[in-house]
Amino acid sequence: MNKINSIRKDWSLIETLIAEDRKILDIGCGDGGLMEQLENNRNAITHGIELNRDLAANAIARGFNVVHGNAELDLSQYSNNSFDYVILSQTLQAMMKPKDILSELLRIGSKAIVSFPNFGHWKIRLQLLISGKMPVTESLPYTWYDTPNIHFFTIKDFLNLCNEMNIVIEKSIGLTSKGKQFDISESVTGVNFFTHEAIFLLSYKNFEPIKIKSSKKVFAKNSVIAN
Amino acid sequence: MKTKFTTDTKLESEIAYFENINLKLESGDIIDSFKLAFKTYGKLNAYKTNAILVCHALTGDQYVTGNNPITGREGWWSRMVGPNKPIDTNKFFVICSNVLGGCAGSTGPKELQNGSDVAYGGNFPSVTIKDMVKAQSLLIESLNIEKLFSIIGGSMGAMQALQWAIDFPDRILNIIHIAGALKHSAQNIAFHEVGRQAIMSDPIWKNGKYFENNEVPERGLSVARMIAHITYLSENAMHRKFGRKLQSRDIISFGFDADFQVESYLRYQGKSFVERFDANSYLYLTRAMDYFDHDETFRKNIEFSHNPNNHLKYLIVSFTSDWLFPTIESKMIVNQLNSLSREVSFLEIDTDKGHDSFLLEEPQLDDVIKGFLTNNFAKIDE
Repeated sequence: MNKINSIRKDWSLIETLIAEDRKILDIGCGDGGLMEQLENNRNAITHGIELNRDLAANAIARGFNVVHGNAELDLSQYSNNSFDYVILSQTLQAMMKPKDILSELLRIGSKAIVSFPNFGHWKIRLQLLISGKMPVTESLPYTWYDTPNIHFFTIKDFLNLCNEMNIVIEKSIGLTSKGKQFDISESVTGVNFFTHEAIFLLSYKNFEPIKIKSSKKVFAKNSVIAN
Repeated sequence: MKTKFTTDTKLESEIAYFENINLKLESGDIIDSFKLAFKTYGKLNAYKTNAILVCHALTGDQYVTGNNPITGREGWWSRMVGPNKPIDTNKFFVICSNVLGGCAGSTGPKELQNGSDVAYGGNFPSVTIKDMVKAQSLLIESLNIEKLFSIIGGSMGAMQALQWAIDFPDRILNIIHIAGALKHSAQNIAFHEVGRQAIMSDPIWKNGKYFENNEVPERGLSVARMIAHITYLSENAMHRKFGRKLQSRDIISFGFDADFQVESYLRYQGKSFVERFDANSYLYLTRAMDYFDHDETFRKNIEFSHNPNNHLKYLIVSFTSDWLFPTIESKMIVNQLNSLSREVSFLEIDTDKGHDSFLLEEPQLDDVIKGFLTNNFAKIDE
């Protein structure tokens, strides 16, 4: 898969994770391609942030609500739960503080959609093992000294981080390097080995309200406390 | 409300007279009657959905495009407004009025006081951006336009656009706010004060009564303009344009002539400004900008206003080299709008042309304005 096709594929998978008529923030929205797709196919209300000036200008000129800015500095201005979905497509590995970004995504949005290239893919492991040099692949095409990708991680790393942050993985889609699609959560063995790219739908754990039960009803005569 | 309209052939401008209207100003003063000079370009469509109000900056006027009879030159935004231009007059009905307190035909210190043959001069009441917008809103009302498609302005024009969002959000659909801020900063007030002091310390100013002897405080006004002009540029732009190049000479004069091109340029700017602008008007309008402050009030107004404003779409633009209204000021507006989940687009354009960039050749500015207007108009036109 070349880069463009891989992004298109990524977008169409992201689209499948999104319900109709929702409010969406696309971080690193480029010239608004995904926003356009979601407005057309999902009747979404979309907002975007884009760091690159020319791309941001294109997106605005195409009529999208796009703020030219840096997600690592500018996300704090959005209010809690002001979007249904916050999307971070193929960018987490380029963030200075991926963990902070992840918690920001789920503060601003009820749900977050994160996609990234898996550094645990067998081709990458093999390249490092055999050549002893930092791997260069189709999805990670940069040499170590000029790559925008500064935090490499594997699916396993990501799952561990989600667990640590009490983030629930609602859905997870994996893609092999041939573009074959599968459900990460259902595939037990070798997922981290064969997944080329991964897309996750995330939310925070919803704790059930604690219900107090008392057979003796000692708390109050009139049973004010719910049981 | 009955408004009388006439055409001033000398000014090549429409004039709207608001008589016995008792316009209450923010200061508490009341202007019983006033007039606004305005120009329109293009045609209002049948459903009256294509009207755009362009708000001019400090020393601008109603002559946005086409000929300006006062200067004999092209209008101040003729590169932006006109047939097939980014603000396309084949498609939109563009209105621009000279602000209240101005000196291009609207009621201001230069005009005669109601019912007398003496000009207001220093007796003109203090006007604010809010007052200018109130007067504009009356003009739009008398043109029978219920809802403006867009309000567009740079600098002081951006202040007016923001004031429209606060005072009349239900009468507009979107806002293009260029090189502006929530408030006039201390540094900006300081520069204005130097300009005003230059005018007021000119012996010809005479407490604003210079017109009685048919005189103009030329020196003071031109110095004020020279100072202001520096703030509209940037160091890089000045260096690129002038450097240390000498004016019509090969060696320095060891005197105080305009040895350098930059001096000669500023002197010319000051001199030509005197021919087209009224000194008292300059005092009043700079003061109006100084008083502008929505630092605390913008968010509250937008959040709790009794007027519905959820539908408003904003385009905020700043320029990297603008040190008069720097990007950080625009971003404050963007932050507040984003924190309220409003529809806002923001772009910082990379240029060395300083605050004046909005009036100059900036292709990216053209692109975003054109795209923003066209795409949003297509949505309401469906």
